[in-house]
Amino acid sequence: MKFKFGVVVFPGSNCDHDSYHVLKHLLDLETVYLWHKDTDLQNCEVIILPGGFSYGDYIRTGAVAKLSPIMNSVIAFANKGGVVFGICNGFQILTECGLLPGTLIKNKNLKFVCKDIYITAVNDVSLLTKSLEKKTLMTPVAHGEGNYFTDEETLKSLEQNNQVLFRYSSKKGEISETYNPNGSVQNIAGVMNKNGNVFGMMPHPERSSDVSLGKTDGLQIFNSLLQNFIN
Amino acid sequence: MYKAKVIIKRKKSILDPQGKAAEHGAVLLGFKNIADVRIDKQVEFLVNVNDEETAKKEVSEFCSKLLSNPTMEDFEINLEEIDEV
Repeated sequence: MKFKFGVVVFPGSNCDHDSYHVLKHLLDLETVYLWHKDTDLQNCEVIILPGGFSYGDYIRTGAVAKLSPIMNSVIAFANKGGVVFGICNGFQILTECGLLPGTLIKNKNLKFVCKDIYITAVNDVSLLTKSLEKKTLMTPVAHGEGNYFTDEETLKSLEQNNQVLFRYSSKKGEISETYNPNGSVQNIAGVMNKNGNVFGMMPHPERSSDVSLGKTDGLQIFNSLLQNFIN
Repeated sequence: MYKAKVIIKRKKSILDPQGKAAEHGAVLLGFKNIADVRIDKQVEFLVNVNDEETAKKEVSEFCSKLLSNPTMEDFEINLEEIDEV
């Protein structure tokens, strides 16, 4: 069975082509770009909100993108159970529009962090993590505002409902402040909503999927999504 | 018509890295008495209505829907009645 993926393009998106490449060329999936001014999701089964700096990150990251015409359709789609996956700026947009809890604030050390790091999957049931070949993956991060923050109450509910997907860790999967690149609360690198159909993460699996880049751990995340979506 | 001045403040519980950087700069400049620097945002705009109640309502909605993020920020609204510009 073939699935159709849609990659939303905002002014300032810069990982839209990377995501498209992984889905279309590496995984041989029907994939289309969805322009931010459109409202038609073209019958896509999975929507990707890619990384970048939509609308120049003005006001706050994702604050203006959430008002794009396409986002009304994405929100309605997600509320009906449609699968939406936000990466980096896409994650920021999903928290801004309320599809995911929390928010992403400036990195604790004030620096734009751009490097390969390790994340460990801490969720055995989500579409994104259920079928990973290994729990600890190497993926790049590239962000200035990736410091995941929630109030205590939200954090508690995230943990209780098993909504945390990934935490920053060592290569061996050890989770501690030493391996936290941005100050995120509890080393959180990715979360999902309560219903398990909306996902967000700061690291870039689409930039670590093609063997020609020398790193392919990110592809496991897309494969897990595909495998479990089919089932 | 009203002139709105809105101040968007990070909640106290949230680290303000810009404030921290300015605080560090103060130390480098030799200031010994400066502490707890917080950098907020001020947004100014006009509201083209004649009654304060409507102006307040509209400004507040604008603040909650776009200018601030309730997870990390609070806002203060100051309205001043002005003549047409």
